[in-house]
Amino acid sequence: MNRISKLTRFAVAPLLIVAGLVTLGAADTEARFQSVGHKLMCACGCSQVLLACDHLGCPNLAQETDELRTAVARGDNDTAILTQFQAQYGPTVLAAPWLTKFNIVAWIVPPALLFFGLVGTFFLVRKWRLRTVDLPDIPQDTQSVAIRERIRRDTEL
Amino acid sequence: MPTFGSWSLKIALVLSAYNLLAGAVALRMLATGKRGFLYRILVDGLHMSPERLAESARRAGIASFIATSCAAFALVWAAFTNDFSVAYIVQHSNRALDIKYKFAALWSGQEGSLLLWAWLLTGYGFVLRLRHKVDVTLSAYASTILAGIQVFFLMLVNFPATPFSLVPGGVIPADGNGLNPLLQYPEMVIHPPMLYLGYVGFAVPFAFALGALMMRYPGEKWIHITRRWTMVTWLFLTVGIFLGMHWAYNVLGWGGYWGWDPVENASLMPWLTGTAFLHSVMMQEKRGMMKSWNVWLIFSTFLLAILGTLLTRSGLVSSVHAFAQSPIGTWFWIFLVLVLAVCTFTYILNRDHLRTEHRLESLVSRESSFAFNNLILLAACFTILWGTLFPVMSEYVQGYRVTVSAPWYNRIGVPVGVLLLFITGLGPLLAWRSTSMRSIRKNFIIPSAAALLVAIGLLPFGVKPWTIFTTGEQGNFYAWVTFSLSAFVITAIFAEFFRGALVIQRHTGQNLLLSVIQLTRRNTRRYGGYLVHFGVVLIFIGFSGQAFNQSKEMTMNFKQNMYIGPYRIECEDFSQDSNGNYDTTFAMLNVYNSSGKKITSLAPELRFYTASQQPQTMVANYSTPAWDLYVIFAGSDPGTNQPVIKAFLNPLVMWIWIGVLITILGTGIALVPNLSAALASQRNRVPAMLPDDIVAAGKAGD
Repeated sequence: MNRISKLTRFAVAPLLIVAGLVTLGAADTEARFQSVGHKLMCACGCSQVLLACDHLGCPNLAQETDELRTAVARGDNDTAILTQFQAQYGPTVLAAPWLTKFNIVAWIVPPALLFFGLVGTFFLVRKWRLRTVDLPDIPQDTQSVAIRERIRRDTEL
Repeated sequence: MPTFGSWSLKIALVLSAYNLLAGAVALRMLATGKRGFLYRILVDGLHMSPERLAESARRAGIASFIATSCAAFALVWAAFTNDFSVAYIVQHSNRALDIKYKFAALWSGQEGSLLLWAWLLTGYGFVLRLRHKVDVTLSAYASTILAGIQVFFLMLVNFPATPFSLVPGGVIPADGNGLNPLLQYPEMVIHPPMLYLGYVGFAVPFAFALGALMMRYPGEKWIHITRRWTMVTWLFLTVGIFLGMHWAYNVLGWGGYWGWDPVENASLMPWLTGTAFLHSVMMQEKRGMMKSWNVWLIFSTFLLAILGTLLTRSGLVSSVHAFAQSPIGTWFWIFLVLVLAVCTFTYILNRDHLRTEHRLESLVSRESSFAFNNLILLAACFTILWGTLFPVMSEYVQGYRVTVSAPWYNRIGVPVGVLLLFITGLGPLLAWRSTSMRSIRKNFIIPSAAALLVAIGLLPFGVKPWTIFTTGEQGNFYAWVTFSLSAFVITAIFAEFFRGALVIQRHTGQNLLLSVIQLTRRNTRRYGGYLVHFGVVLIFIGFSGQAFNQSKEMTMNFKQNMYIGPYRIECEDFSQDSNGNYDTTFAMLNVYNSSGKKITSLAPELRFYTASQQPQTMVANYSTPAWDLYVIFAGSDPGTNQPVIKAFLNPLVMWIWIGVLITILGTGIALVPNLSAALASQRNRVPAMLPDDIVAAGKAGD
């Protein structure tokens, strides 16, 4: 009984490994299909990401997803797939611009602005703090002073 | 009825133009004493004093609302009575259309939605003009500026986009083309009006800010007057945006709620600057700082609301929401440039009036956190504007358009969002003017410990932040950071409530819950604001769930099963049905949990609307706090006619909607006036309490 059990284990183990590898590959293929599919747009003009296209009766969806599935199954890398799609459907098929030529500007400007903004605000706040000269008095009418006092009293923030 | 509507619009335009001209002339005379050409016509010619002229302008503004209401009523009436002599009704309604959606016909097309803009604008103006006694002069300036905006929108609906055009050739069709199926959903009856109430509402604080600057109005009274206007407007915009998300999630059927579409972005931009404004005005109220900044923030918010409308209507950017391309874009460009010119000119003339009264005293202070909060909100706004307009720039520079969609926003925008979440937690922990090290230690220890616990505690539950370094997949990392920061912020908020409530409890002897309620009532703005922050954190938690989304698609036969996450979906039946408005194909699906117990039945549908000849999916969703099981009827297999079912498992989505409800509640609380401390103490007085204690309890927690 024990011997049979051991034999079964030996027989099953390679099968499990093979099944695991096959499943792993399938999961990997599906994950890649999903990943690349979200880097592409539907080319019908609906302005939606390919795998999020909910356009019923879309003339492009089936063709594009089939081509993508074939390319992923063939083992093409992401760059090759995206290049192929760009050549076939034009640059608008890519869901985000590549880091080439002027397109680099799209990626660089917002983070750069945030960075310089943070640094600038830091130094501005520091400069304000370091200023020791008293500000000149600003004439204020009694009504607005009273209102401000009331606001400050009511809204201790 | 079309003639009545058309004439109402003409009368509304004339009344608004009179409000603008007479108001401007009267205010100029009252401010400078100069008698111009128009003054001689209006004041000398009509034998009216400048005060009476200003009053007549105000009344004309009020009457313009009545006239615009008549026009809006005429269009809705035409939809209800199937008056197909009106071209707009032919295009956007039909006989079989459900009554509640006949209302939606008002804003389902270009002309109708512009009429809605004009109507809401005159409605806001109506309230402003009725409440003019709050400050007669400032209200007169604001009313005149608002009249200028009214003139623009009423010109649009009177000339290039009139909703009362008759059908060409005079041949009245028997039925209309019907309402876009995407709009035949209950939320669509309230989403656009909410969004428009938000967009249009920013015109009021804008008008007050510009008016206050024009008349060099002293102090912060304009902010005090407009605080509730701004908050209500912000609330409408928030509700409008999230109703749109909920609609997209439940109707569009792609499994998500935000597609970074240019029109979605257009609604988010003024929301971000409006949020920045709501924070930075506190600096002006409290410390007399950032006056110029505040003025420009509200100018930008209004300009962005106009830009959003321009983007939707000009065809400048391609969008799933955009109306048909029309020459109306040129009108908006002119208006946008004109408003910008007026704002810049007024600012340059009066900028010395906006001198700051105090400087910042410490880098570690509430003021400093507000400065950074504003910077991050504006950076988020710029990022969205940049992403929205980059395709147009690319066309100019490179000669071809590129697409800037979700992958770009996720990579660039998500880190900014995370930074914003961090500052949301940090700000309330810092004191005004300066925060001592002792205070920092006291306030930060518990929230930081909570964040650390969550960061470590998430690792065994399948959150893998290191994938950003191994595979380049960012979702897990940002979700992990968001969950940890959320723990930090939530703990900080609850600690604030707890500390304040303990003080009240000590003085009144009532239980902790009642103490929290009293604390909140005594400083509604502060604690309402904390609730809003709490709601925003829940929304961020809901967004983070996206990193763990799963989906599956299969053709299902009777009794066939699909497995996704902890659920087994069994196809019970599939069939067809029909009514006057649409034909439908649907599947009946039973859902079982991992222990085999049936938990619900779902019936995703695919409708085909007869009038518009358009198909539309109807999503079936089983929502729990952990995740949504979101199922769509994707089509039928051409060979077997079996339904193709697509299922999504979307974690934590419910928290987005809960977060919005809490945000609404918090804003509502912040809008309510404070209960005076003395009154609160009297109401909750315990018999043994001495008068001194009552006074002390009244002061506690402020």
